[in-house]
Amino acid sequence: MSFLSLSHIQKSFGQVQVVRDFNMEIEKGEFVSFLGPSGCGKTTVLRMIAGFETPSGGTITVAGKNQSGLKPNQRNIGMVFQAYALFPNMSVFDNVAFGLKVAGRSKDEIDSRVKEMLSLIKLEHLAERFPYQLSGGQQQRVALARALAPKPQVLLLDEPLSALDAKIRVSLREEIRMIQQQLGITTVFVTHDQEEALSISDRIVVMNAGSADQIGAPAEIYNRPATRFVASFVGTLNLIEAKVTDPVANRISIGDQGVTLREPLGPVKAGDTVSLALRPEAGSIAEGAKGDTALAGEVVSSNFLGSVVRTRMRVGASVISFDMFNNPGLVPPAVGETVTLRFTASDLLIIRD
Amino acid sequence: MKSTRFLAWLAIAVGAIYFIVPLIGTFEFSLRMRRGEYSFDAYHSVFSDIQFRSTFGFSMLMALFTIIFGMLLVVPTAYWVRLRLPKLRPVIEFITLLPLVIPAIVIVFGYLRLYNSSSFLPLTNSTSGTNMLLVFSYMTLSLPYMYRAVDTAMRMIDVATLTEAAESLGAKWPTIMFRCIFPNVMSGVLSGAFITFAIVMGEFTMAALLNRPAFGPYLQLVGANKAYEPSALAIIAFAITWLSMGLLQLVSRFQKTAPVKA
Repeated sequence: MSFLSLSHIQKSFGQVQVVRDFNMEIEKGEFVSFLGPSGCGKTTVLRMIAGFETPSGGTITVAGKNQSGLKPNQRNIGMVFQAYALFPNMSVFDNVAFGLKVAGRSKDEIDSRVKEMLSLIKLEHLAERFPYQLSGGQQQRVALARALAPKPQVLLLDEPLSALDAKIRVSLREEIRMIQQQLGITTVFVTHDQEEALSISDRIVVMNAGSADQIGAPAEIYNRPATRFVASFVGTLNLIEAKVTDPVANRISIGDQGVTLREPLGPVKAGDTVSLALRPEAGSIAEGAKGDTALAGEVVSSNFLGSVVRTRMRVGASVISFDMFNNPGLVPPAVGETVTLRFTASDLLIIRD
Repeated sequence: MKSTRFLAWLAIAVGAIYFIVPLIGTFEFSLRMRRGEYSFDAYHSVFSDIQFRSTFGFSMLMALFTIIFGMLLVVPTAYWVRLRLPKLRPVIEFITLLPLVIPAIVIVFGYLRLYNSSSFLPLTNSTSGTNMLLVFSYMTLSLPYMYRAVDTAMRMIDVATLTEAAESLGAKWPTIMFRCIFPNVMSGVLSGAFITFAIVMGEFTMAALLNRPAFGPYLQLVGANKAYEPSALAIIAFAITWLSMGLLQLVSRFQKTAPVKA
């Protein structure tokens, strides 16, 4: 049995149902991210695990123990908030010691555990400072140490990096992952930032309108999106409308160009429209580029994005973007020029809903 | 440009004269008790008056009780409204503003009608009961200031998230209230306390109609019967108010916390 189990979880606020039949099994020591746009219900699920919201239906169990009826202070679940939520009247040391003092631990035990935690987040030298004397990144590291100090069974992270600037976000997310792996603590991380979720998670739950659209490893979510929503939300994706020409041979046409798909088309008939997805990095227009499939089109724009140049070309009624790695000798194609994009047919995914 | 500057200074000067000249006049008059020379005789007379000491002490005690019970009423109320009943906030704000709209004399007559010796709760039957009633009436009078001071302090900290953070760390309500919330709204609590103190020390209507030996009625009594002492008392009352305001400023300046909201 899994360590953290969410079974048929539902939550409604009045007439509005924000979480619908949510199911998830999380193993001990696993790092799972809930990814989705604002209002998709990810934070509500997290708050139900913490005990701040009561599910309208379903059960939550941690280590086999049903959490229904348990107050947040009875669950032994640590939580880190977006707004840090450090106690402004307490020093860093006292903030980290708070949970241990509440639990009635001895002074020696508190001292050693707090020092251990501060060394984990590399802030031993700031133990006497107050929250207002720390930067945002430092405050969030203290909040992490505070949540971990009482050795919780599960760690919940509610968009902990959202209030930080870009560089700190990257370094802190790596630090969070390192600490999580070091302690082997089961962690649920809520974010709307796909890069964050993809870079540090064991598994990702992509949430849409209160339910999980897809649950899987980051590479699986990125490379094999199960739904149109996942495909459009995670990464940049070309959505291409194609016409079925021969369902038996998996032949379709994009504009007037024929393509044979690797993936079976399923129960469709000739003349039906299917949606296909192609990542911008999947193809290349370079001479000698590999790939068993080619599409020719007219360049409509070419944008320099730093590490890559993103070019858009028109193929039939669809516009397809593709990326070229930047190098000093790269000459982007001119607008109006006709180019041929080569890619492997297996990169062309069928979006089924 | 020059004329604008001149007009600005003129406005400041007029304002200053309007406020300061009466004070200087009062102070100067309070020093004239001894004929032909300035002296602090009026102050000496006031401070050596046993009634001054007893009424001042009584009002101080009443102010202390008002602050303690007022805080015990206002802090949990403001906390609960912010945390669990935000929709009730306009209603609570309206209720706390009522003492500014309803004259003190109406409130005290209401009290006398409700708590007189033949009522269901005859508080005016005993001295301690009447004192209690006086404290309650002071609490009512100071409610608009006290509630706003505490509520503003609570707005500065993210009460809901702090409460959840403390709960997730295993804390129960008394710990959350007294270790996480109270210390962080202390500046608001103290601001409210000093304003309450200043109000109670000068309040006349409630104390006079409840027939309690407070400082307000004493001020009125001295004012009606003596010449120089009322001026000295006015200056003393001003000094108390200013001291309260000064302490209020000091407390807000020494607050070691900053808003924690990101």
